Amino acid sequence: MFSNLDLQQLIFGRLSLEAIPYHEPILLVTFAVVALGGAALLGAITWYGKWGYLWREWFTSVDHKKIGIMYIVLAIVMLLRGFADAVMMITQKALSVGVNEGYLPPHHYDQIFSAHGMIMIFFMAMPFVTGMMNYVMPLQIGARDVAFPFLNNFSFWMTAGGAVLTMMSLFVGEFSRATWLGFAPLSGAAYSPGVGVDYYIWGLQIAGVGTTLSGINLIATIVKMRAPGMTMMKLPVFCWTTLASNAIIVTIFPVLTATLALLSLDRYVGTHFFTNDYGGNAMMYMNLIWIWGHPEVYVLILPAFGIFSEVTSTFCSKRLFGYTSMVYATMVIALVSWLVWLHHFFTMGAGPTVNSFFAIASMIISIPTGAKVFNWLFTMYRGKIRFETPFIWVVGFIPTFVIGGLTGVLLAVPPVDFVVHNSLFLVAHFHNVIIGGVVFGLLAGVQYWFPKAFGYKLDPFWGKASFWCWLIGFWTVFLPLYILGLMGVTRRTQHFEDPSVQPFLTVAAFGVFIIMAGILAFLIQLFVSYLRREKLRDLTGDPWDGRTLEWATSSPPPPYNFAFTPVVHDLDAWWDMKKRGYDHPLEGFRPIHMPKNTGAGVVLAGLSTVLGFALVWYIWWLAALSFVALIAAAIIHTFNYNRDYYIPAEEVVRIEGRRMAQLAGRA
Amino acid sequence: MHETTPPPGATAPVFYEQEEHAHGDGGTLFGFWIYLMGDSLIFAVLFACYGVLGRNFAAGPSGADLFDLRLVAVNTGLLLLSSITYGFAMLEMDRDRIDKTLAWLAVTGLLGAAFLGIELYEFAHLIREGATPQRSAFLSSFFTLVGTHGLHVTFGIVWLVTLMVQVRRRGLIVENQRRLMCLSMFWHFLDVVWIGVFTFVYLMGVMQ
Amino acid sequence: MSKPIRPNAYRRSILSLTRRSARGLALLALAGLLSGCNLVVMNPAGDVAVQQRNLIIASTALMLLVILPVIALTFLFAWRYRASNPDATYDPDFHHSTQLEVVIWTVPLLIIIALGAMTWIGTHTLDPFRPLTRIAPNKPVPPDMKHLTVEVVALDWKWLFIYPEYGVASVNEMAAPVDVPISFRITSSSVWNTFYVPAMAGMIYAMPAMETKLHGVMNEEGDFTGQSAHYSGSGFSRMNFGFRSLSQQGFDEWVAKVKSAGAALDREAYLKLEKPSEEVPVQYYATVDNGLFDAVVGLCVTPGQMCVGEMHHIDRTGGAAEESEANRVRLDYDNRRLESGDEPSGATFPASGRPPQGSVQPQGAIPRDQHLGRGGVNAPETQPDQGQGNALPGAEKGPAPAQLNTQPTEGHPH
Repeated sequence: MFSNLDLQQLIFGRLSLEAIPYHEPILLVTFAVVALGGAALLGAITWYGKWGYLWREWFTSVDHKKIGIMYIVLAIVMLLRGFADAVMMITQKALSVGVNEGYLPPHHYDQIFSAHGMIMIFFMAMPFVTGMMNYVMPLQIGARDVAFPFLNNFSFWMTAGGAVLTMMSLFVGEFSRATWLGFAPLSGAAYSPGVGVDYYIWGLQIAGVGTTLSGINLIATIVKMRAPGMTMMKLPVFCWTTLASNAIIVTIFPVLTATLALLSLDRYVGTHFFTNDYGGNAMMYMNLIWIWGHPEVYVLILPAFGIFSEVTSTFCSKRLFGYTSMVYATMVIALVSWLVWLHHFFTMGAGPTVNSFFAIASMIISIPTGAKVFNWLFTMYRGKIRFETPFIWVVGFIPTFVIGGLTGVLLAVPPVDFVVHNSLFLVAHFHNVIIGGVVFGLLAGVQYWFPKAFGYKLDPFWGKASFWCWLIGFWTVFLPLYILGLMGVTRRTQHFEDPSVQPFLTVAAFGVFIIMAGILAFLIQLFVSYLRREKLRDLTGDPWDGRTLEWATSSPPPPYNFAFTPVVHDLDAWWDMKKRGYDHPLEGFRPIHMPKNTGAGVVLAGLSTVLGFALVWYIWWLAALSFVALIAAAIIHTFNYNRDYYIPAEEVVRIEGRRMAQLAGRA
Repeated sequence: MHETTPPPGATAPVFYEQEEHAHGDGGTLFGFWIYLMGDSLIFAVLFACYGVLGRNFAAGPSGADLFDLRLVAVNTGLLLLSSITYGFAMLEMDRDRIDKTLAWLAVTGLLGAAFLGIELYEFAHLIREGATPQRSAFLSSFFTLVGTHGLHVTFGIVWLVTLMVQVRRRGLIVENQRRLMCLSMFWHFLDVVWIGVFTFVYLMGVMQ
Repeated sequence: MSKPIRPNAYRRSILSLTRRSARGLALLALAGLLSGCNLVVMNPAGDVAVQQRNLIIASTALMLLVILPVIALTFLFAWRYRASNPDATYDPDFHHSTQLEVVIWTVPLLIIIALGAMTWIGTHTLDPFRPLTRIAPNKPVPPDMKHLTVEVVALDWKWLFIYPEYGVASVNEMAAPVDVPISFRITSSSVWNTFYVPAMAGMIYAMPAMETKLHGVMNEEGDFTGQSAHYSGSGFSRMNFGFRSLSQQGFDEWVAKVKSAGAALDREAYLKLEKPSEEVPVQYYATVDNGLFDAVVGLCVTPGQMCVGEMHHIDRTGGAAEESEANRVRLDYDNRRLESGDEPSGATFPASGRPPQGSVQPQGAIPRDQHLGRGGVNAPETQPDQGQGNALPGAEKGPAPAQLNTQPTEGHPH
């Protein structure tokens, strides 16, 4: 097999200088910007001597709060990448009409839309949601950390490793041109022979391991580590949605892993799962990928619902209306989400009875979702609404989201889907629920919990500016897309013959720049707030008059979260404590048992990333080496029994004493 | 519904717990159960694929042509036996007898290795006959399903050896007991999966 | 090439747009809606699409019954219960009301029940596999009326239409007489596509080795467009075709025109046509090889290939242990393109043969030269880049599967 190989192939596989896209000006400029920016960042870290600090306090940290923040930082970075893709797509579309070809040839454009979808879901929305859950949930249930702190660190680095591998495809080789779901048989070896789909597969597989493990971790945390007295029906709604979301994760990500593994067998070994010949069945790929893909959107939206629930009840100064029905609605959505995947391909021709079944199952989801919307409305009813930055997102969210829900139910009607499937109408619909639901929710969550994480509020002016840009920008982009869909314009097109689409596309392109202003305003907000942090400082740990336990500790919370574990008597435990006058013990502090930081997660994820890269480029020796190293590192890690330590009581006394002084000084 | 809280003043409610509770090991075993459920979903996908593709012989050999039931029956026996020996190891662990625990673990590992050996022999035989994974969708799904199970067994053996070293070094401390417990669940899980493979792939493949 | 959209509609929409665009965003959106002729989905020309459109309107109206109050209540409550409003009641303990709960679960439930019933009926009556029973509202299909059969093959990246009743075929243009039910048999040669004529009857996937069906009818004469709606690779955006809805006489003339074209679509011509090409001009074929469409569905146009149907037959009878090796060679399908070096193997532009900038392509020049446009695809002389090709080390040009498939295998001795 290896007889007629030249040395270069043996060493570099199919990697060669040709793989560097130096012929492509757009990529060169991008590379220059990334390289300069990266060099500046790395240089700054080195200059200020922060490597040790970053390594000790962040990279190797097993503290759920720090890991949560790292997830969100990753998400924001990847948001910029995914958004850059969006800008390129829409400008290409707006330019490439009639005789104009635009500036992106199909080869490049097809990579961009594939990357945009994959990055926005896996490396923007997923880490954002996971980061939120990671940060907030343990605090809300009064826990010291998650159930498996090391696994948490490892999960994060696996996600980051997948992101790194995906980003690498920008500058070394190319990315997949087979859409964000890698539809077979297009994604098979015969029709996508390059490295693109392999980048896609291994980027997802590596990140997927992280996501699955973090799902297990967060479920175990909620089930096993709730504060005394916190029965399931006293669990904050955000934790319920976290539980539902992670329950979905652990059931669907194995399916994704298996599906992609089968696809890679087709590509690497030459099996016939999804090929046209030898009895392969590409329809199976469609089913399997959507069995993962549909519940995935509920993985994202349910925590966003949780955030909206928390924000609504806090800023209405009212307990959430219909807590019980909210909980059941969440669980019903999670359950039904597994039974609707086929609505993504009614047009495959499964027959009217099957189609109707999945159509009606999909519509049923709108019942609990509708109930949720009403519950938020009736939480506002007879409330005392403070229009702080987090809450205005709720007001923007409800109208936007219900319209997305309307078009969603519309698409769930098979005969309707037959005319708008794979059209820009569909594109507008899922952006309507993902931006209008998930992204709005996450941004509201950032505004809401930022003071908890950093001890100062975010600047309200730039926050509101960001909100308005997002809201107006969103509708400016997607209203024209709805219309284009009704004009029969399909998605993923790089060129249009019909000139009448151009005005709409131009408006949409204009809207994308409004959203860009919204993102910029958000970044400025972070920066301005940092500069004004003394003015915006919150010493109470409870800047919004909150209701749940995360507001019961200082901002930012100490490493152990709570010096004494809170005891829960009612839903909205912290509100209850405030109402009934709680006594925080001032003495009797004990040493606190904590997990130790470890670099094992970084090492394991790093090796996985190298393994992925080697497999993408057929560098077999490196693949074998990194695989062996990976297994060895994992085994060596298990020989480390020294994984925990005690924060001495004196240290706890010191930290808590400072907080008491702060609280007293303020009073 | 939330329970009503006692009226304020009745007895002063306690809002903070003063003493430290160590969280038990329940978290790990519970988490491992969830992991096994996830893993069983991977197998579910592979079984489903086999269900869809299992008769797509691509005008090539079928299970009835290829499978040697006697060999597979022996193999099944080995794996089932290894589950029993693992059980003996756990019993010895409960009695805190390191040497006997290790001995039974070694037997388990050897049975697992024998199982793998026979499986590899079977695969080699099939490939020599031209029944490669590339020959048909049926063979693709067959090799993948059985091979994935085999990979799990391989991984289990690596894990087993690692644990044996750790038990030898540190004794049957709490951590090691917990790990042995997890591996035990994993090993029995592989047994259960294999029963599915034996039934759906081999028996039904031959008896069609 | 046929014009993509009816010229009047286009002019009207542009006019309306330029007039109104100054008045701001909302009006622009409205203008789009108002120039309704452009919204082909909302203003189709075929009975099936009209029924689908009606379903859109009915479902939307049904859902607005709850959506509009929700939006109104959001703003109302947000305004009314603002903290600065001294007149608003503040009732922090109002968090449960059984009556309200019943209402908020029942209202969506009722709407979904109604919508579900509509869906069940609509999905069954508008099933694309179901032959039409009516041509237009109150106009059932006469029992003696012959349906027009069109066999559609999605190729990389163009559409082939075969008219078995007329023995003709065309590429990237099809025609049909008005008010005659059309039965489409649809397949694809390599990857998935969707056959989609928005004005007629929605869409259905075109999948290799499989046949899907679509039934539609056109009630208006005119030139419409069709396209693929399922992304299928680099030529996807230009995979459009003209749909000419003609009078019976016009259709007969069209068939006569196709017949006079002269070219014959035999298997050899088909295999040539099947190779990847983009933005292909309209082509006509006066004759079509018998059974070509079935051979395409069977993946056995190439002489000597085993058809999928035969394979299924053998599989149903328990496989073929004996002549297995001979069958294996005859079933190889997906790799044929790679073996002939037709597919770009490389990872970047130089290797793919595509110029890095779209502007290199001659502006507006249609058809553009296929060999220049996609040198890597169509020019066999272009060597796939070995350094980063699709091959396992050692394989010549083939992908991993090809290499592993060619392992010497002995006959099955069982």
